[in-house]
Amino acid sequence: MQNISAIFKKEFKAYFLSPIAYIFITVYLITTTFLFFQGFFLINQADMRGYFDLMPWVFLFFVPAITMRTWAEEKKVKTLELLLTWPISDFEVVVGKFLASFALLSIVVLLSITIPVTIAILGHPDMGQIVGQYIGALLLGGAYLAIGLWVSSLTENQIVAFIVGNPFVTMASPSFLVPVLSYLGLGNHFESISRGVIDTRDLIYYASVIGFFLFLNVCSLGSRKWE
Amino acid sequence: MSNNPIMLEVKELNKKFGNFHAVKNLNFEVKKGEILGFLGPNGAGKTTTMRMITCFIPPTSGSVKVNGLDNKVNDLDVRKKIGYLPENNPLYNDMQVSEYLRFVGEIRGLKGATLKSRIDEMYAVCGLAKMANRQTGKLSKGYRQRVGLAQAMLHNPDLLILDEPMSGLDPNQIIEIRELIRSMGQEKTVIYCSHILPEVAATCNRILIINEGAIVASGTPDELTSSMSKSNGYLIRVKADKETLRTKLSAIEGITRVDIKESGEWLEASVTTGAREDVGEKIYKCVYENGWTLNELKHHSASLEDVFTQLTRG
Repeated sequence: MQNISAIFKKEFKAYFLSPIAYIFITVYLITTTFLFFQGFFLINQADMRGYFDLMPWVFLFFVPAITMRTWAEEKKVKTLELLLTWPISDFEVVVGKFLASFALLSIVVLLSITIPVTIAILGHPDMGQIVGQYIGALLLGGAYLAIGLWVSSLTENQIVAFIVGNPFVTMASPSFLVPVLSYLGLGNHFESISRGVIDTRDLIYYASVIGFFLFLNVCSLGSRKWE
Repeated sequence: MSNNPIMLEVKELNKKFGNFHAVKNLNFEVKKGEILGFLGPNGAGKTTTMRMITCFIPPTSGSVKVNGLDNKVNDLDVRKKIGYLPENNPLYNDMQVSEYLRFVGEIRGLKGATLKSRIDEMYAVCGLAKMANRQTGKLSKGYRQRVGLAQAMLHNPDLLILDEPMSGLDPNQIIEIRELIRSMGQEKTVIYCSHILPEVAATCNRILIINEGAIVASGTPDELTSSMSKSNGYLIRVKADKETLRTKLSAIEGITRVDIKESGEWLEASVTTGAREDVGEKIYKCVYENGWTLNELKHHSASLEDVFTQLTRG
């Protein structure tokens, strides 16, 4: 536990030591708020459906920006060799890094609190729905993060990590696979969440996506031990 | 020292990367209180061996035991005993020195007052106190190197593995760090990889030379240099008749070869002797008896460089 928390603290701080976190927060809030309020007054409804419908697309560009350097940097600067010879298991490192990126994403997402506040002033939104939508957005973001971290662990080039981290979540695929993939796809499960409905199936789905890709991440660190 | 317990035991260690056999059947042990110099040309398998000892990569076959613990079975326990300064000293460049050491300490399981006192000790030992609040990425090479050393020694490890610890240090720092390594070597075990051969000869009490993945020589610095017959000999500067000098010197028992050249009014004779022959006294007597004027009489033996080149060059 001390190990995970040490990694968590270090990684979380690292986001704020470089301009990444600040740029990320600013650009994210400006982009999403702008896109949402473009249609808000036309639709004239006091809810955040339009905001959360954007999430799968917005995360597509923002999440790889958080994760791309996580492992790529360690490999490039060669600190990985130090990190993995300290008395800490690969699993603890992966979890610590995931939690740190998740904490950053949560802060960013929750900073959009000004939107529900604005809506509440203008009308009478269903707050229960909005809370549900926020939880859903965090789960979706968590799944993207887990995928992005894994991709970052496969390369020492940040740009590659960013670009490959991207289409992986869009899952461009041949047409006969579409029904299967759209069921497996992250966006599909987000539709009900963006309506504010939290279904156990969706929760289990996101939790297993996160778990699976963190597991792949541990494996790709362990690949140095393969022949 | 010979009764000290064995700290590191490497047995039939092999590492293959695909078809490339990087480390071939390595066997050695290091006792507590020893400073082992680990030498070899680039690509000899030094770093690969260090990586296997530190549990970064597993061996293809063979075993490594640290303080009796097998590093395949007791992976995490072994890592706790080791302090490691990898080649080219990687650091988290955006962290401050103090943050970095605290982070390493936490991962090493140090807490509170112990952690603080260890960090303070490292500041003192490595001369880092003034740099505590600087970012590691903005330090000069020498200071980065000290941060790397502080990182490796922070938890007072039983086995300290240093890959090129002196690179980037100025002569004063080298002396300080050498003293530090020596004092650690009193009760701990140090493995010291380097290309700077005089440095290794001055610091280590045993040397292992590897080439193409296999051990080619092992022994104390003196043993290694005296085992070399080549270029062990004397230089003599005298005023004498050239031919007489040659005959008289060649007659001395133990001298195998005499080369004479003229330098101004002096003659310079360089003589080669067998491995452990000490003919200095005989040469002096010979000079004295013949009434030559002696300007210089110097013994020169093979240096570690000679041993190294002879053993590792194609």
